[in-house]
Amino acid sequence: MTSMQENLDSPASFSSSRGSLAWGKWGLRATAVLYLGFMVALPLAAIIRNGLADGLAAFRDDVTNPTAFGALKLTLISAVIVTIINAVMGTLTAYVLVRFRFPMKGLFNAMIDMPFAIPTLVTGVMLVALYGPQRTLGAWLSSHGIKVIFATPGIVLALLVITYPFVIRAVQPVLMEAEKGQEEAAYTLGASKWTTFRRVVLPAIAPAIITGSLLSFARALGEFGSVVVVAGNIPGVTLTAPVYLYGQIESQNQRGASAMSILLLALSFSLIVTVEWMQTRKGRSHG
Amino acid sequence: MADVIVKAAAPSTQSRSLPARLTEWLLISIVVLYAAGLLLAPLVAIVWGALSEGGAAFMREITSVDSLSSLKLTLIMAVAATAINTLFGLCIAWVLVRDNFWGRRILNGLVDMPFAVSPVIAGFMLILLFGRGGWFTGITEALGIKVVFALPGILLATIFISLPFVIREVAPVLGQLSTDQEDAALTIGASRLRTFWHVTLPAIRWGLLYGVSLTFARAVGEIGAVLVVSGGVSRLTETSTLYIFRSLDDRNYIGANAMAVVLAGVSFVILTVIELLKKRTDRVQTQ
Repeated sequence: MTSMQENLDSPASFSSSRGSLAWGKWGLRATAVLYLGFMVALPLAAIIRNGLADGLAAFRDDVTNPTAFGALKLTLISAVIVTIINAVMGTLTAYVLVRFRFPMKGLFNAMIDMPFAIPTLVTGVMLVALYGPQRTLGAWLSSHGIKVIFATPGIVLALLVITYPFVIRAVQPVLMEAEKGQEEAAYTLGASKWTTFRRVVLPAIAPAIITGSLLSFARALGEFGSVVVVAGNIPGVTLTAPVYLYGQIESQNQRGASAMSILLLALSFSLIVTVEWMQTRKGRSHG
Repeated sequence: MADVIVKAAAPSTQSRSLPARLTEWLLISIVVLYAAGLLLAPLVAIVWGALSEGGAAFMREITSVDSLSSLKLTLIMAVAATAINTLFGLCIAWVLVRDNFWGRRILNGLVDMPFAVSPVIAGFMLILLFGRGGWFTGITEALGIKVVFALPGILLATIFISLPFVIREVAPVLGQLSTDQEDAALTIGASRLRTFWHVTLPAIRWGLLYGVSLTFARAVGEIGAVLVVSGGVSRLTETSTLYIFRSLDDRNYIGANAMAVVLAGVSFVILTVIELLKKRTDRVQTQ
């Protein structure tokens, strides 16, 4: 994302030769700064101000009360589970898509973007339609003692659907660019397929896997639409942090809501910064 | 993207031993079954569910006054948010790529914030700014504008959550573009606006359209942010996702399912457009 800026530090020097252009440039610059300032920076400032308004002790109490803490714990645990599954299945999916040929691959590749297009609330409704206690598959599962909807597995399932594309779309282009020659050389020298993957392919795509995983973790932390439908939202059991947050806003507890918001923001912001940092580093090392 | 993958995979698969081919098909089956179970099965379940209630019930729910007015509001809000974000997005992308000034990196970081922020937090920020006792409530009240629990709030929330797409799709394309042609157009006396319209815009059009369709898809499907600021007055401030949310609360499952099917249909159209555009952008870039 940032790497594209490295080669762009030579802005239109030509423009200064035309008087009207300088005005145009300043106009655009001001528009960009004002728009992002008003739409993004200002709202963030409001939340931070509000959450810390009564001091750090109050902030700590707000995020460590049992319900808030339970919600935060559930969100973190399910995000970790989802991220691990995504790292494995996403890498496998990307590998299969890039290296193997099979019927209807184009269609399959297109289908992976589905979670980006379908509203998350609709994803939730779909999962209830499939796994809900009165539905075909859900009824069969619950007769075998497995509860999906209104339970933790439902939350994990919803997050898996929503975040499925991230690792795939991060790894796919890197795998396409990676030298197939090295892989074949290792293979010809007698290394097994698995050793080749572990020693040659995996180190090359590891940064992409981590980037994709961090993005899916950040997304899983904040997900609301799909989770609110499938979770059942029982405090301390299936209430996630974003849904808890929604409850606090509805019951007019602004400070508590701000405190939880700051915590979630700090978490996902540090993840995004890490991703940006990794990408700039990658851009530099490539020259 | 699909074309490229097929080409890259072409040399493999021939002249392989039987165990290697078996592993290959095993991996393909795992991936296809996983993705189908995760993405397709819920989709089939909801269409099946909607149809099993009978076409008449489906049509009755979809053509109800509440449902139709929610679809209309969603469409208006999505089109307005997409238009605004396209206009400002182009401007911001240009500033990030072609301009160079102190604070450009901060702007670049701000652009990613809406992806890092949970949608519920996005809505809550607007309440802190424009709700009771908010930073700007005095100003908006003096002007006679109601923002929170009214249409302007829904629009602002939708703009916020879909802000990065156009910028993130246009900026890389704009960065790869040489300024030679633009400079040539300016030298022979074309105005800045005319140069943009006839030289720059055609060169970035596929990336731009890709960003626009992602923005629209996200705007149509938003629930978390909109839920917090809308107030959810049916027929007035209720978007389609809010209609589904309320229907679930009222245990009107047929209505919720029917609207979910309609929104899934809309996102399929958008997804098809996105896939077509992706092929276009790839072709342009590989030339």
